[in-house]
Amino acid sequence: MTFRLEPREHTPVWLNALLPLLAVFATLVICSGLIKLAGASVFSAYAILFKSALNSRFNLVETAVKATPLILTGLAVVVAFRAKFWNIGAEGQLLAGAMAAAYLGALKSFPGWSLIPLMIVGGALAGAIWAAIPAILKTRYKVDDVVTTLLLNFVIYYGMMALLNGPWKDPLSGYPDSPDILPAAEFPILLKATRLHLGVVVAVVATLLIWFLVRRTTLGFSITAVGENPKASSYAGMSVSKVIFLAAAISGGLAGLAGVGEVGGLHFQVMAGISPGYGYTGIVIAMLARLNPLGVIPSAVFFAIIITGAEAMSRATGVPVFLADVIQGTALVTMLIALLFNQYRLRFKRVSHE
Amino acid sequence: MPVPLLEMVGITKTFGTVTANDDVSLTLYPGDILGLLGENGAGKTTLMNVLFGVYTSDAGLIRINGQQVRIRSSADALRHGVGMVHQHFHLVPCHTVLENLMVGQKGRGGRLDRKTVLDALSEIKERFGLFVEPHALVSDLTIGEQQRLEIIKALIRGAKVLILDEPTSTLTPQETEGLFEALRAMSSEGMGVIFISHKLQEVRAITNKVVIMRRGKVTATLDDIENVSRHRLAELMCGHEIVPPVKDPVTPGEVLLSFRNVSTGGTARSRLKDVSFELREGEILGIAGVSGNGQRELAEIISGMLSPSSGTMEIKGQEVGRISPRYVQSLGVGRIPEDRMEIGLITALPLKDNMVLPRIHDPRFSRKGILKPRAILDFVTRQMKVFDIRAPGPEVRTGTLSGGNLQKALLARELAWDPLVLLADQPTRGLDVAAAQFVHQKFLELRKSGRAVLLISEDLEELFTLSDRIAVMYEGRINGMMPIEEATVQKVGLLMAGMEAAA
Repeated sequence: MTFRLEPREHTPVWLNALLPLLAVFATLVICSGLIKLAGASVFSAYAILFKSALNSRFNLVETAVKATPLILTGLAVVVAFRAKFWNIGAEGQLLAGAMAAAYLGALKSFPGWSLIPLMIVGGALAGAIWAAIPAILKTRYKVDDVVTTLLLNFVIYYGMMALLNGPWKDPLSGYPDSPDILPAAEFPILLKATRLHLGVVVAVVATLLIWFLVRRTTLGFSITAVGENPKASSYAGMSVSKVIFLAAAISGGLAGLAGVGEVGGLHFQVMAGISPGYGYTGIVIAMLARLNPLGVIPSAVFFAIIITGAEAMSRATGVPVFLADVIQGTALVTMLIALLFNQYRLRFKRVSHE
Repeated sequence: MPVPLLEMVGITKTFGTVTANDDVSLTLYPGDILGLLGENGAGKTTLMNVLFGVYTSDAGLIRINGQQVRIRSSADALRHGVGMVHQHFHLVPCHTVLENLMVGQKGRGGRLDRKTVLDALSEIKERFGLFVEPHALVSDLTIGEQQRLEIIKALIRGAKVLILDEPTSTLTPQETEGLFEALRAMSSEGMGVIFISHKLQEVRAITNKVVIMRRGKVTATLDDIENVSRHRLAELMCGHEIVPPVKDPVTPGEVLLSFRNVSTGGTARSRLKDVSFELREGEILGIAGVSGNGQRELAEIISGMLSPSSGTMEIKGQEVGRISPRYVQSLGVGRIPEDRMEIGLITALPLKDNMVLPRIHDPRFSRKGILKPRAILDFVTRQMKVFDIRAPGPEVRTGTLSGGNLQKALLARELAWDPLVLLADQPTRGLDVAAAQFVHQKFLELRKSGRAVLLISEDLEELFTLSDRIAVMYEGRINGMMPIEEATVQKVGLLMAGMEAAA
């Protein structure tokens, strides 16, 4: 038996829906080897992982809270990647948004009611500006966007650390934490005695808005067109630079909102560990969602389950929590492989000897 | 009987439910020049891709010199002596001819082996009269020279069977004759050539046998092509009779498009130099010329993609100050670009999106940035019906349509806005007879309704059939312009090659 890849003439619709599921399944199968290696039972480890993320009201809420920044960074990557603006910088844009929210949320000179809207707008703007830098470099000077967006993550991270160790250092404890935002700036809690905050609503609303943007507006239409073929788009009269710039800005804005949610709804300050790589996970989420905005929610929830469930699994079975990271990385690889079958088919052929 | 150079027996290839090749067989003896004729989608390309190792067939076998072989990649094909010159060349423009010839060749002890390649080059010049200056940059070569280089590349790699896909579409009549001489030399040395073309008179001139395909099947294998009329060949290809278009007499009206002393930047050969012409209502102006002599620049200005460095373009007497795609469209220019797959359409998107692509901001399709999906769908459905675009539906991925349907989609998109001037750049390149005829019919309808068509084409037959006047471009200038009654292939061919117009 030999096999080879052949281009497909048609992609069946069911395949489009099936591919992410297959990728997730393959990921879990591949990672089961590691669970075995850690000396645990594969089935009970996965059972605990999924059950513990979903089995109580409290855990469900925690999963939703965890999914919130992931939805927003996932959307950020969706918008950018649709325009083929390779934004690897959602992480940095998230930090920009978080810092803006922490700054604005602590302003005493503004009326209390205005703080939350101010944080949302200001945080989105900060993320957008941070994403606009590589967008301008790309469209003006053809600087590679993968490199610039990625490296700017480190620039802003260390910039933030400098702030936290300098002007923003907590005067009481001396920890590198920024001062807390004002109580009026804290996001309202939607469900009593939980951490379900306004950010969840922001994420869901953003998903619907981005779906509308992509499917129902001329800008979304142009973003997709420019991403698929900039030459033909410019022939059709679109300004390719402008479209890429806008896609980048919207992308950065969404990532910035993820940062706002973490500050306003969860931590009420910025500190070194405010994002354990949400921006990077956003890339995996967007790919798993096949760059479809509505696909981002299930995709983000899946990773939220993995991340929250991993702790319980680790406690119960002794498998290290890092399994969650391995699953994320593996899912990206399996999804990329799965996407190959979107355009190609595998052909088996018996070797015939005559 | 000698042993056949190449036999393809019972080749069958399906894609899902579509049978692209159904029990196709052909035989090539040493010295054969075989014409492979058929409409687009007839399965010619699939068959050649099977032979060249791009696809594996579901059934059937390939024999070379009587030996059954399995060809699973282009490297396999080359090893078995099968070389292919694609319609789109596979050359590295910023490298020299010699360097391009050395790509994929084994070096000697890790060093590039220039000597062997240079020797092979002069041998090929000797034997077939094919030569390209080895130290020239590929980007400086004419299309004809690039094609020659592709053929030389195949020969250097030891091709005994040479596949040429639409080889004459970009050549002057004189260059075509040169190519034919080389092919005859190959034939007399016992090589085999498979010549894919739509141009019936060329197929009749150069081939000694013809295989005609329709809908994946061989409909005829003819060994006596001289005795078969062009008419009959066309019928065998399309399965029905072909009626040539009727050109009604039309009196030209007022000037719709004019160029006044237009010059542009660009390479020395292609940049426009002081180009002036007028195009009137009810007129088709044909632009002849070897590609790369300024036709692209001319087309780009009219499409709003390029601003002249000096001179002006006027549409219906109004100077077009700020040249942009949207602006020229709003002034009434319809555009059929040369490269429909890369420039005209976005093949990865649904057909529906492509049909509204350049007009997405029109109030008909969107308001304040919000799309009107219903209106878009209605428009697309209607145009698909009017222009007989054969597609499963408006949502189909555009790239899966045949060339003819893609061109119909472009026409349906542009003609929906009733353009004053239609720019058509190579509108029938790669189209089958029936689809080309459809396109021609539309141009003549436009002409009759008092619109103007600027037809840039490398197909002289097309230019002579449709044009009211022919202008010949050479090195960015209009090297001669004449009414169709005074035009001859000979005259146009000489002007294309840069000769001065005979006074």
